[in-house]
Amino acid sequence: MMGSEFVMFSLTPLLIGIFASIACALPGNFLVLRRQALIGDAISHVVLPGIVVAFLFTGVVSAVPMLLGAAGAAVVAVVLIEAVKRLGRIEPGAAMGVVFTSLFAGGVLLLEQTDTSTVHLDVEHALMGNLESLIWFKAKGWHSLLDPAALASIPDELWRMAAVCVLMILLTAVFWRPLKISTFDEGFAQALGLPINAISFGLVIAAAIAAVAAFDAVGSIIVIAMFICPPAAARLMTNRLEVQVLWSVAFATLSAILGYVFAGYGPLWFGSANAVSAAGMIAAVSGVILGLACLFGPHRSRIGAGRDAAA
Amino acid sequence: MSNIVTALFLGAGYNAALVGIGASLLGFAAGAAGTFLFLRKRALVSDAVAHATLPGVGLAFMLMVFLGGDGRNLVGLLAGSMLTAWIGLLLVEWMARRTRLAEDAAIGAVLSVFFGAGIVLLTIIQNMSQGRQAGLESFLLGSTAGMLFQDAVVIAIGGTLAVLATYVLRRPMTMVAFDAEYAAASGMNVRRIDLTMMGLVMAVTVIGLKLVGLILIVAMLIIPAVTARFWTERSDRVIWSAGIIGAVSGYVGAAISASVPAMPTGPIIVLVCAGLFLFSLFFAPSRGVAAAIIRHYRFQKRVHWRQGLLSVSRGEPIHDPMTLRVLRKEGLLRADGVATEAGRARAAKIARDERRWDIAREVHQDAGLTGRYDGLTPIEDVFTQDEIDEFDRIIGGPVSVQGQGAA
Repeated sequence: MMGSEFVMFSLTPLLIGIFASIACALPGNFLVLRRQALIGDAISHVVLPGIVVAFLFTGVVSAVPMLLGAAGAAVVAVVLIEAVKRLGRIEPGAAMGVVFTSLFAGGVLLLEQTDTSTVHLDVEHALMGNLESLIWFKAKGWHSLLDPAALASIPDELWRMAAVCVLMILLTAVFWRPLKISTFDEGFAQALGLPINAISFGLVIAAAIAAVAAFDAVGSIIVIAMFICPPAAARLMTNRLEVQVLWSVAFATLSAILGYVFAGYGPLWFGSANAVSAAGMIAAVSGVILGLACLFGPHRSRIGAGRDAAA
Repeated sequence: MSNIVTALFLGAGYNAALVGIGASLLGFAAGAAGTFLFLRKRALVSDAVAHATLPGVGLAFMLMVFLGGDGRNLVGLLAGSMLTAWIGLLLVEWMARRTRLAEDAAIGAVLSVFFGAGIVLLTIIQNMSQGRQAGLESFLLGSTAGMLFQDAVVIAIGGTLAVLATYVLRRPMTMVAFDAEYAAASGMNVRRIDLTMMGLVMAVTVIGLKLVGLILIVAMLIIPAVTARFWTERSDRVIWSAGIIGAVSGYVGAAISASVPAMPTGPIIVLVCAGLFLFSLFFAPSRGVAAAIIRHYRFQKRVHWRQGLLSVSRGEPIHDPMTLRVLRKEGLLRADGVATEAGRARAAKIARDERRWDIAREVHQDAGLTGRYDGLTPIEDVFTQDEIDEFDRIIGGPVSVQGQGAA
């Protein structure tokens, strides 16, 4: 498992999985605390129409226009949700439900109407991603990491995902104080003169960037799961935001590694030769972690009740 | 176009007619059941329920194959999906109640994890020898192409039962949706009613899996209710209007899908429904955007009308173009900006009412009456003629207004 085969087949998907999980978990912390957890769900549904529209415009399946299309669709969806909420005076959950399901339906319809038989573009791919296929063909072993020729053939997704992951870490660090203050006490943030609406919108946009980049590599299930499960589990571990974010990163990394290993090697242990969906397994593992946190997390109860257990 | 008309009158063939009837029944059940979810402000719970059906479908398929049967038996698959949907629902409930996590986080966690587990099961099934033609992916987006008569019967019976259950349970569910505390205080078991409501939603979801798929059934539960809410303020009417909106969307969507190539049924139904929603958002009376704009314009007009006449009574010149326009249109102002006879009479009345209000505030210290002064409510609506006569006595007799330049 640790030899050249691992580097060739598993190293890149594993790293991409980890980066995608962390990139989604970081903004997820704030979304969960702000009770906007489902915005990730909405974004990952509207990514499909965005990608299809991008394909219709360019006629090719290539990364950059699709990422732009998906990001555009995410922004459109956020604006539409806000518009429906205000114009129709509808509660946020229902507004979200109306917008993302309609856009998703539109995406499926466009996809069916378009001739995509020559390209790899379908709904299942969008949902499940394609983590297993991101193989580093030229890798011969660990020494390939120092070989420029081999490094050049690493799938682009890895660099993209790593860049987005670093971007999320930077954004979280730079905007730490305003994010923290406006998340916990909007009134206080306003009194300090912080632009709370801009912060809120910026957070959603950052989440959209993470979602779109991750979606391209790993499909939308991981995106939704990582936005919510690791931060939610981390929330049950501590009462300090700093510690919570660290926990969430740890949980996200653990989910990605365990999920990938179970998906790739688990069936072998049961005597089956075929791997199962890594994206699905990573989501499932993050759910198990959340379940354990719900049962045993030191701060799992509502205010006050869990303190004794923690001491 | 004529194809669509043919399909609308069930003339597009046996299968298409079957799908059309099934879709409208499903739409009605989903619209009516979804209304309670919407009124209870828990619309997105349906999203968790819908996604949680997937592992059940996979498990049921594997179990049926393991027992030596045909894994594609619809009733078996639906029973399996109902089981995991119920587990998912209870987990959402449990997480939101027992831990500090909010319901939206619980919904998101359940939907993503169950869906992920379902995908894992689907990949396992694809690797099974019997699994290659299972076609379980069709439950993601629904598929009507190979709908059998017995599938339609399942949908019809299930849909009818769901509508009946909605009818029987409408009173307790409405009460809980509007005022859960009051319902609890009057001896209702709110938690059980909530779970029943969710059970209904789950039933509709499971029935709709085959037709529109688990992602889009959420739309069938949410959009009709939101749309119906625009048209009426009465909960019973919202329920049945939502049902009708769902049924119409289902029927028209199925007809379009049957008559135009490359039109998948589920998305078309949802888009028809979304079209009805958009129409209602803009054109519904009183709650629609157009109505709000008209209301705003009328209010603006009244304010300008009054401010303009007050200026006339004080002999001040009017510069605001909208004020001028409003007053000219009613013949209260001449084209050159001088008040007409009627205008001066009106202005005198407004000015006098203003004085009456001043007196009223001195005479009546209670804010209940004088608090209704907003400059636009006629004083006759608040005080009786006797009281107004009393105010007039305090003010003294009327003074004539000579129009521009003279007070």
